[in-house]
Amino acid sequence: MINSPYIRKPASVQSVMLQVLLALVPGIAAYVWFFGAGILVQLAIASAAALAGEAAMLAIRGKPKALFLTDLSAIVTAWLIALTFPPIVPWWLTVTGTLLAVVIVKQLYGGLGQNPFNPAMAAFCLMIVAYPALMSQWPAAGQLDFKTQLDLIFGGARQVDAITGATPLDALRTALRSAASADSELHGLRASQLMDGPAFGALGGKGGEWVALAYLLGGLWLIQRRIITWHIPAAFCGALFLTAGLLWSVRPDSFASPLFHLASGGAMLGAFFILTDPVSGATTARGKLLFAAGAAVLTYVIRAFGAYPDGIAFATLLMNILVPIIDMKTQAPVFGHKKD
Amino acid sequence: MLRKLFKFHGGVKPQTNKERSTTAPIAPVPLPDKLVIPLHQSVGGPPRPLVQRGDQVFKGQRIGAADGNLSSAVHASTSGIVRDVLPAVMPHTSGLTTLSVVIEPDGEDRWGELDRINVRAATPDELRDYLRDAGVVGLGGAVFPSHLKLKPGKEGSLDTLVINGAECEPFITCDDMLMRERATDMLKGISAMRHMLQARDVLIGIEDNKPEALAAVQAAITASGEKGIEAIAIPTRYPAGGAKQLIRVLTGIEVPHGRRSTDFGVQCFNVGTAYSIHEALEHGRPLVSRLVTVAGNVNAPRNYEVLIGTPMDHVVRLAGARPDTDRYIMGGPMMGVRMPAFDVPVVKATNCILVGSPALFPPPPPEMPCIRCGECAKACPADLAPFEMYWFSRARNFGKTQEYHLFDCIECGCCSFVCPSHIPLVDYFRFSKSEIWAREREKEAADTARERFEFKNLRQEREKQEKAEKLAAKAAATREKVAGETATPAAATAAKPSGDDAKRALIEAAMEKARQQKAQAAPKNVDVTSPDVQAEMAAIDARRRAAEHPTEAPPPPPAGQA
Repeated sequence: MINSPYIRKPASVQSVMLQVLLALVPGIAAYVWFFGAGILVQLAIASAAALAGEAAMLAIRGKPKALFLTDLSAIVTAWLIALTFPPIVPWWLTVTGTLLAVVIVKQLYGGLGQNPFNPAMAAFCLMIVAYPALMSQWPAAGQLDFKTQLDLIFGGARQVDAITGATPLDALRTALRSAASADSELHGLRASQLMDGPAFGALGGKGGEWVALAYLLGGLWLIQRRIITWHIPAAFCGALFLTAGLLWSVRPDSFASPLFHLASGGAMLGAFFILTDPVSGATTARGKLLFAAGAAVLTYVIRAFGAYPDGIAFATLLMNILVPIIDMKTQAPVFGHKKD
Repeated sequence: MLRKLFKFHGGVKPQTNKERSTTAPIAPVPLPDKLVIPLHQSVGGPPRPLVQRGDQVFKGQRIGAADGNLSSAVHASTSGIVRDVLPAVMPHTSGLTTLSVVIEPDGEDRWGELDRINVRAATPDELRDYLRDAGVVGLGGAVFPSHLKLKPGKEGSLDTLVINGAECEPFITCDDMLMRERATDMLKGISAMRHMLQARDVLIGIEDNKPEALAAVQAAITASGEKGIEAIAIPTRYPAGGAKQLIRVLTGIEVPHGRRSTDFGVQCFNVGTAYSIHEALEHGRPLVSRLVTVAGNVNAPRNYEVLIGTPMDHVVRLAGARPDTDRYIMGGPMMGVRMPAFDVPVVKATNCILVGSPALFPPPPPEMPCIRCGECAKACPADLAPFEMYWFSRARNFGKTQEYHLFDCIECGCCSFVCPSHIPLVDYFRFSKSEIWAREREKEAADTARERFEFKNLRQEREKQEKAEKLAAKAAATREKVAGETATPAAATAAKPSGDDAKRALIEAAMEKARQQKAQAAPKNVDVTSPDVQAEMAAIDARRRAAEHPTEAPPPPPAGQA
């Protein structure tokens, strides 16, 4: 028996996910332009692995396969994994990470809508703990041609250190630490001087800053489409800017500028595409602000004082843990119960 | 004059589908072969039947009397013969039956002698009783007896009388057509209500997709010359016609769940109700017909003036239902209820017969899991978090649903409308509400049983105590007698024992008796024994007493030794 309402807005999970994927396209285009087409291979590998893992789990769980495979949520997870992993990780690492995300973090918790943790970020954390070296090798913009990238993804032996370096975030932190110690050749150099190297661009990493800008554009389109609200991106960027700005204004020699933090690593991807995952994120307006601001502060702390190249993934998982209590404590007053 | 309007949170903008049914004027409906008039058509107690099989009735004759004040009378919609008074299927999804009067029209549609009232001379209470007996109820769909709402609040006056001409549900246009064609009479009804409520201002809210209705009402206001009445165009956004939402939009006041709007100086009526009040007060005509929109899967959607009790299919036939029709919905597509049959009667709550087909209202796509996107919360006009309530409803955690204000939900359907996972959220909330009501009823039953049990215990306890008191009184009497004999002063203290005193008196009397017995017995025993035996007995006695009452002083030596 069907009860009212008898009419519905033409909306679906599939169309929501499709719009998220579309919003990622400018970022992917910029990625290809600056870093080569290897990322497209990674996106394909991750997507295939995600669909395979999802299909297997749906079969085991006795859920309708066609319905859930076409909801595109697994593809979104796969793309986020490919875009946050270094583009030259071996294919099996991408596959392992994607399967962990889809099979364990998503399906074992009950599938679509049930996962307390962001699957892509959980996969990132697991992989960087398990394969710290492989997960820290980032090619600089324009450094590797497509054939080399393919060799690295599908080939066997690799001399990663000879080929690639760390992310600009990682490089700057290492350099700043060296500069602080007296016996280093970098001793006495300032942050702005350290950022003169070929890995750095005008704001963040060379090339990476343009990719970040493209993510920003895609994210703004998602806000305009009302797929996400402004709260999480604004609170994340605002809090990251303020935290970074505070330390930078006190000791500009030892800390990177707030704009560098916003333009580097996964800041834009995190602000508009990762933290905004509705399933694992906060849902109330005030909750979203708290959730994103907390993630920004944690991201900064991990970036500036931690051992990992970027802090978005760990910050996201840590804030995911807090989501139930944030949501519970930030429910807005209902009609007629507001204090005017 | 530009008035500052307020916004309510959320809301949706479904396709209005109102154009086609407003092209032709309101049409009459030929008399059907029979009318089935349910007695229970309003909120409150079911009216008592006043007619029986074979009775001749006139149009407007009362056939059901209001049962108490929270009830409303029911009338014969046409003249004819009562064929039966029996339970018949009512226009409700459940398909349950309700006591109904079946009238076979005589074709003359003749009014009986109408019970008139002098509006100027009557007291407010008389007017209210009159409207109750005229069967005037809210025609917006809630069918709450209007006379109960025509009382000003504690202060004896009202700031604002809000008249609801918003008509936000898609397809429905009966209020629109009423305002276009009968604005003057409606306005007279509004004036009467304003007088009864002592309302300072009257605001008529009309969604801005009804410019013709707005113009007609504004023209009628100008023509009447009455001051303090204003027709206001409000933004078209469902559910702007919800009473609370409309009050919010026009006055900025939010009336919380469970509170009376008159406490906030506001009262709200539907435009159709205003017209019925005018009909009753001015012409003495009780509520025997109403405007009904027939729309949806029909060739010519239109509004009809329909006699209460007319079978729905009789009306729909006039509009030409298409062959693939599979259901009638009473009300609009957002909140309407599916009818259990095509021939259920039109009642006072029937603002629209929405003719449905699988093509027009296809079944929703398969339900997906909630992804917590929050669209429902964005759309909720009561500022609720439907996805949280859904979660707790599914888990049957009804306490939590109430913490998230389940009962503030007005079941407008906005959340289900926007949900990308196609979850029938409102169904979950209806389910939770009915479960909570069922549990409360069970709890009430259990409470009654427990109270009965506790009362029984109490009664038995009381009987026991009364018995004890009687015994105590008896004992006291005995003791008085004893005390009188021995002439001890203690006897004077126990005059009329009761309760604890009685118990104490009983104990004292017993102890006294024992002491006397002992005192009498002791010398007797020692009279005939040798001094050696006496000494031994005294020692044993002393030891025993010391063991029994360790703190007591050694007893006095037996009398014989003194």
